[in-house]
Amino acid sequence: MKLSELFEQKKFVVTSEIGPPKGFHLEKILHEAEMLKGRVSAINVTDNQSSVMRFGSLATCHFLKDKNIEPVYQVVCRDRNRIALQSDILSAAAFGIENLLLLTGDHTKLGDHPQAKSVFDLDSVSLIHTVKKLEEGVDIAGNKLDGEPPRFCIGAVVSPCSEPLEPQLIKMEKKVKAGAQFFQTQAVYEVDKFVKFIEKAKQFGVPIMAGIVILKTVGMAKYMNENVAGIHVPDSLIEELKKDKEKTKSGQTGIEIAARLIKELKPHCEGIHLMPLGWDDKVSKILDMAGL
Amino acid sequence: MLTTQIKNKEEIISKLSGSTFIIKCIGCKEVLFPETEIDKFISENIEKNKITGRLKIDYLCNQDFSQAYINNHKVEIEKAETILVFSCGVGVQVMASLLENKKVITGCDTIYINGFQGLTVQNYNCAQCGNCYLNYTAGICPITACSKGLLNGSCGGAKNGKCEVNKDFDCGWEKIYNRLLKLNKKPKEEILIRDYSNL
Ligand code: SF4
Ligand code: SF4
Repeated sequence: MKLSELFEQKKFVVTSEIGPPKGFHLEKILHEAEMLKGRVSAINVTDNQSSVMRFGSLATCHFLKDKNIEPVYQVVCRDRNRIALQSDILSAAAFGIENLLLLTGDHTKLGDHPQAKSVFDLDSVSLIHTVKKLEEGVDIAGNKLDGEPPRFCIGAVVSPCSEPLEPQLIKMEKKVKAGAQFFQTQAVYEVDKFVKFIEKAKQFGVPIMAGIVILKTVGMAKYMNENVAGIHVPDSLIEELKKDKEKTKSGQTGIEIAARLIKELKPHCEGIHLMPLGWDDKVSKILDMAGL
Repeated sequence: MLTTQIKNKEEIISKLSGSTFIIKCIGCKEVLFPETEIDKFISENIEKNKITGRLKIDYLCNQDFSQAYINNHKVEIEKAETILVFSCGVGVQVMASLLENKKVITGCDTIYINGFQGLTVQNYNCAQCGNCYLNYTAGICPITACSKGLLNGSCGGAKNGKCEVNKDFDCGWEKIYNRLLKLNKKPKEEILIRDYSNL
């Protein structure tokens, strides 16, 4: 099922995310995914996230499909040229994968193979354009595909709390024009900034799912403030994490913050995308608390 | 050795607006520079009364020389809306940086040929990609100023203006956006896809 159908039915869409392991034993993440069945509409599978080599996103999506869990196949442009990307996306169509999330991807230097070549033959915008071409029955070079063309629901990302915001909006508009049908955002901790972003992004007329990353520790919040683009965890939240060490350690503080953010963001967006980063077992609790 | 070739006529013409000041760089003897074709293009496609001035320069890539030339031609440059530069990618970038408030466009593609060592290498770099994109990026090279060589905008990874790959490296796309904003322009809406076939 395509996420676009849910948006059309005016449903508030919730998705979560799993990261494939370094190795080929999938029992753990498939179990985590299964626990979320019924609670979320689809589960994103990251593509060698943070440029760390892992089990493949496409194969993981295929396994999710086998378990009747709707995957969102994430595809980055770092590791494959346009030939390999198109080939994998056609393979996804054959596996019945209907939702894509198309990204540029982090640079290889940030991951565990800093010596590797960064490809970036295409970028997020031209990859979206490429998938649209495939849907029209031709490849990016204009050659005809055999048989019925594939049909996807195309997602993209945007960073709503970035400063300056203008470049984000310009690129978002480009993605929409290229064919993006929904957006999942970078983690949001500042509701006021998100609301300002939504006011400007409304004009594009595409559903936006606010990104939620569970705050695990004070260190994590500080690290993101120092290093992660478009994320600022306000001091008030850092104080909240500091206040009760035991509660934070157990994950309860992070759960409460995430649930509160969801409640505050919900009136302003069409869905929520949770990125639990290994804390998949906390997702149900967050959704309960947020009333979803 | 390095080769520049004249861009296709339609692209150059589509970028011209108002009156034009024309700069040709004939610096490097090692560079194959298509001067005859350029002169032919100019005489066939740009009306004489729309040309505010012309300049033939040595080593446009040398910022100090170029600044001196600009000072000597202030009036003609001021009068022009477009500065059309025929040189390698470095020369165009130097001009665009010195004339930040002007629309500086390139009339050439720069193609790589083995063995070129670089002459007056400075702050600007050209990877001789064979299909110059400077006309879309306010005269800042997206191939060398962006760690990922992205053509359609920033990757979203920059923090405080610095590239996600290296905190000492300015994000090329933030520089491009800033200069476009200064020129009151929005980045090109069309989707650019790298063409490696000219390499
Ligand atoms: S886009 Fe950059 S690398 Fe390509 S020719 Fe122009 S200056 Fe050189
Ligand atoms: S941060 Fe800027 S310069 Fe670095 S890869 Fe991204 S867009 Fe390019």
